[in-house]
Amino acid sequence: MEFFRNTNIDFLGKKWYFLAFSLIFSVAGILSMLFWHGIPLGVDFRGGTLVYVKFVDTPNDKAIRAALDKAGLRNARIQHAAGVTQNEVVIALDEKDTNEADLSRGKNQIIAALETNPQPGKQNINNSDLIGVAAVRDALATRDPLHKAPADYEPIARQILAYRDNQENGGAIRDLNELKSIVGGPVVDALSQDFYAGSFGVRHTDIVGPQVGDQLKRTAWIAVLCSLAGMLVYLWFRFELIYGVAAVVAVFHDTLITVGAFSLTNQEITLTVIAAILTLVGYSMNDTIVVFDRIRENIKLMRRESLSEIVNRSINQTLSRTILTSGLTFLTVLSLFLFGGEVLHGFSFALVIGILIGTYSSIAVAAPMLVAYQEWRTGRKGAVVAVPAQSKGKVRAKA
Amino acid sequence: MQKNLLVKTLLIIAVLLIFLFGIFGIPSGFSGDALKQAVLNHIHLGLDLKGGTHLILQVMVNEAVAADSDHAVETLKDQLAKSNITGATVTKPDPDNHPEQIVVQNLPQDPAVSSRVQEIVKDNLPDYDPTRGPNNSWIVTMKPSAVSDLKSRTVDKSIEAIRRRVDALGVSEPVIQKNGMGNDEILVQLPGVDDPGRVKDIIQSTARLELREARGGPYSNEQAARAAQPGGMLPSNMVLLHGRAEGTNGGGDAVYLVSRVPVVSGTDIRDARAGTKGDTNQPIVNFYLTASAGKKFADFTELHKEGGTDPSRLAIVLDNRVISAPSIKDQISDSGIIEGGFTEQSASDLAKLLQSGALPASLRYLTERTVGPSLGADSIRSGVKAAIWGMVAVMVFMLIYYRAAGINADVALIFNLIILLGFLGWMNMFGMSAVLTLPGIAGVILTVGMGVDSNVLIFERIREELRNGKAPAAAVDQGFSRAWTTILDTHVTTIVSALILIFVGSGPVSGFGLTLAFGLLANLFTAVFVSRVIFDTVLSRKERGAALSI
Repeated sequence: MEFFRNTNIDFLGKKWYFLAFSLIFSVAGILSMLFWHGIPLGVDFRGGTLVYVKFVDTPNDKAIRAALDKAGLRNARIQHAAGVTQNEVVIALDEKDTNEADLSRGKNQIIAALETNPQPGKQNINNSDLIGVAAVRDALATRDPLHKAPADYEPIARQILAYRDNQENGGAIRDLNELKSIVGGPVVDALSQDFYAGSFGVRHTDIVGPQVGDQLKRTAWIAVLCSLAGMLVYLWFRFELIYGVAAVVAVFHDTLITVGAFSLTNQEITLTVIAAILTLVGYSMNDTIVVFDRIRENIKLMRRESLSEIVNRSINQTLSRTILTSGLTFLTVLSLFLFGGEVLHGFSFALVIGILIGTYSSIAVAAPMLVAYQEWRTGRKGAVVAVPAQSKGKVRAKA
Repeated sequence: MQKNLLVKTLLIIAVLLIFLFGIFGIPSGFSGDALKQAVLNHIHLGLDLKGGTHLILQVMVNEAVAADSDHAVETLKDQLAKSNITGATVTKPDPDNHPEQIVVQNLPQDPAVSSRVQEIVKDNLPDYDPTRGPNNSWIVTMKPSAVSDLKSRTVDKSIEAIRRRVDALGVSEPVIQKNGMGNDEILVQLPGVDDPGRVKDIIQSTARLELREARGGPYSNEQAARAAQPGGMLPSNMVLLHGRAEGTNGGGDAVYLVSRVPVVSGTDIRDARAGTKGDTNQPIVNFYLTASAGKKFADFTELHKEGGTDPSRLAIVLDNRVISAPSIKDQISDSGIIEGGFTEQSASDLAKLLQSGALPASLRYLTERTVGPSLGADSIRSGVKAAIWGMVAVMVFMLIYYRAAGINADVALIFNLIILLGFLGWMNMFGMSAVLTLPGIAGVILTVGMGVDSNVLIFERIREELRNGKAPAAAVDQGFSRAWTTILDTHVTTIVSALILIFVGSGPVSGFGLTLAFGLLANLFTAVFVSRVIFDTVLSRKERGAALSI
C-alpha cells in the first residue's frame, strides 16, 4: 500500500499562499496575545490557588458563587476545566490573594465556603485534603464498634476510603449508608458519629506562591531558548549555517502558532505545556532534517538544475515519509488528546497543534527559506548555486 | 553470515531478558494480579498517579546567619569588656537585609584599642573579617564563604530534620531533597499520605525550643513593655517577644522582655517526652539537655534562681513565642518541663518534634500540590487507555501499509517499550529515582509514535531502492545504511530537547523527559539493529531474488 507515489507538486510556486497562511495564523495569535486573551499562564507560572472539587450532584454555579461570596471570597473564580465531567469544578484564586506567608489559607477558605451544610462536630469524609486513613482509623478505634484492637481498624479504614476514591465515586461518597454493604452496619453507625458525607470531594489542589512562579517563568524561557540555540548549532554543524537558521525559523514559527492557539482558545499554558512545546522544538526538526538531507543529496546529483527545482524535487521525494512519520506520531498524540484525561489536556492539545503545524512548516517555511536566501544572494552578488560544504559532518548517505 | 545472525539474535534475546527482568523481576506467579504487583514493585509511580503531596519549602537561611551574628555580637561585647575597652557599642546596622554585618562604634581614639579590636575578631571570630569604617569604627562582616557555608549547612540540617519527622509519621518512600537551582529550597514529596491534615503542620513547625532569661513581663502590649523600661529604652541585649498570657489557654497575647541570646537552644536538646503533670494530670512535655548545655544551664539557674545573686525568670520560647515564664525555684541541670495549655495530641506532637531536632531556621511553603487518590487512579486509567489506543492505531497502520514488514516494525516497537520500561525498573533497582509520571506515560506513548518513524524512514528508502531495480537484499542493505544518518539526526534533536526537560523540569516534567530520551535511545537499537536482524533472518530463508513483502 502506498499513499504518495511520484508526486510532482510545485510547492515553491505556492510560497505566497504559504506565506499568507503562516502570516494569518501567526498574526492572529500575536494579536490575541497582545490585545485579547494575552498569554494565559497556568498556576505554575502565575502563582495562585486552584482547588479541584467534584460534587456528588451537578453543581449550580450560582450557588457556588453565592457560597464563595458569603465567605468573603469575591475574587475567587469558578472554572469548568476542559476534559472533565460536569460535576467537576475548579475554584481559582489569583496570585495576589495567595499569601506566601500562609500558603494554604485560600485553599482552606474555599473548602470551608463550599461546605454549605456542615454538621457541627463532624468532618466531611470526602475532604481528602484533610481526611486520610489515619483520621478514619483513629475515629473508629475510639468508638470501637467491633470491640477490636485499634490496629484492626486500619484495614477497615482503608476499605472505606478505597470506596470513596473508586472510579465511580471519584472521591465523593453520596451517603455513608452505602458503606453498610462493605464494612457493616455497626461500623457505619460509629463512623457517622464523627463524619458526614459532604456534597463534594477534593480531587486536587495546587497552590503556588508568586516567587516560584517567577522563577519558573524564567526557567521556561531559558529552556525554550536553549533548545532553539541547540538545534541551530547542531544543524550548523551537520549542514550549513543557513540550514540551521531556516530550520530554527520554522520551529520558532511552530512555537509561535502553538502558543497563539493557546491564547486564541484561552487555554492556560502550564509547565507540562512547556514540556510539550520543547518536545515539538525537537520533533519539528525531524521532518525538516529529512527534507534538508535530501536537498543536500540532490544538489550533488542535479548540478544543472536551479536550487528551487532541486528543493521542489526533494520535497516531493520525501513527501511520503514526511506525511507518514508525522501522521503516525499524530495518531499517538491524538489518542492522548482523546483518552489522556483532564491532566494531560493542555499537553496533548499543544502536541496536536504543534505536529500539524510542524509538518506544514518543514515543507512550507524551512525549504522555501533556503531558496529565498539563495535568490537574495544571487541577486546581490550574481553568484551561482552554492553547494553546501561537503566536508562538514562526514556525510556518508542520506535518506 | 548465518553464524553472525545467530550471535545477533542471541544478543537481542539477552537484552530482552535483562529488561524484562527490570520490569517484572521474578514474579511470584503468572496470574494477572501477581504480574501487576511485580510491575508495581519495580516501576515506581509518581505522585500524580499514586496521589500524594508535593511541597516546595524555602528555608529562611538568613535567620541562621542572624543567629550566628547575634552570638558574635555577644562575644565581641564580652571580649571588649575583658580588654577593658569601655564605651564601645556593638550593633547590627541592618539586621533584616544584612544580618552578617556588625558595627563596633564609639571606640576610644587610641591606635592600641583599634588593633586590639582587630585581634579580638581574629582570635575569637574566625568566620568574620574586620574592616575599618568611618569615625574610628570597625565593620565586622561574616566572610562570604562562611555565609554560604552556613546557609548550605542550614539547608542540610533542615532536610535531616524534615526526614526524621516524616519518618516518625510513617510515610513510606518520601522524597526529601534540595530543589532545583535555588540553593535555599527543599522539595518534599509524600506519596499517599495517610494523615494529610497533620503532616504539613508537623513539617513546618520549626520546633525551635529555646530557654532564655526573662527580665520583665507579661505586659499587655509592646508599648507597655517599652514604657516599663528605664527611659523607655530596651536594654541592648534584650528583645521583646510575644507569647501566651499566664493562665489562659493560648487565647490571650502578652509581651515579655527576654534576653536576645538564648541560654539553651534547640540543638542542645537530647530527648523529649510527653507526660502528665503529677498533681493536675495536665499534659506536659519533659525535655532533657545534652551534657554541655546542662552544665551551662546549671550555671545560669544558679545565678538567677530565687534568692540567687541576680534573680530573674526563665522564658521557655518555642518558635519565637514565649510559652511560659516561670521563676527558677532552684538550680536545674539537665532536664525540665514545658507546661502551658497542651492537649494530649499537641503535647505528643511537640515531644516528637523536639526529638526529631529543631529546624535551624523557619520554613515557608512556596508550593503545595496535592493529588487526591481518586484523581491519581483516574489518571492511570486514562493514561493506560491512551497508550493502548495509540499503540493499536500505530501497529494496525504499519501492518496494513507495510504488510509483512509491518510485523517487523511492530515487533521492534514492542521491544522498544520493553527496553524503556525495563530501564525504569533497573534505575529504581540501582537506587536512582526514575518514577513513571503521567507525562511520563505520555512520553512512552510519544516514543511509540516517534519510534516508528525510524521504521518508516527505513522502509520508504527500501521501497525506493526496490523501485530503482535493486535486489531485495541489496535494497534492505541500502535502505538501512542510507536512512541511518537521518535517523541519527532526528533522534539527536529530539533527545536534546528531552535532556533539557530532564535538567530544567522537576517532578512530572522531568519524568516525561526521561522516558522520551531513553525511549528514543532504545529506538536506535530496536528500529535499526533488531529490525535489521529480522529482515536478514527473513531474507536468509527466502530464495535469492524472491520478492520482499514491504
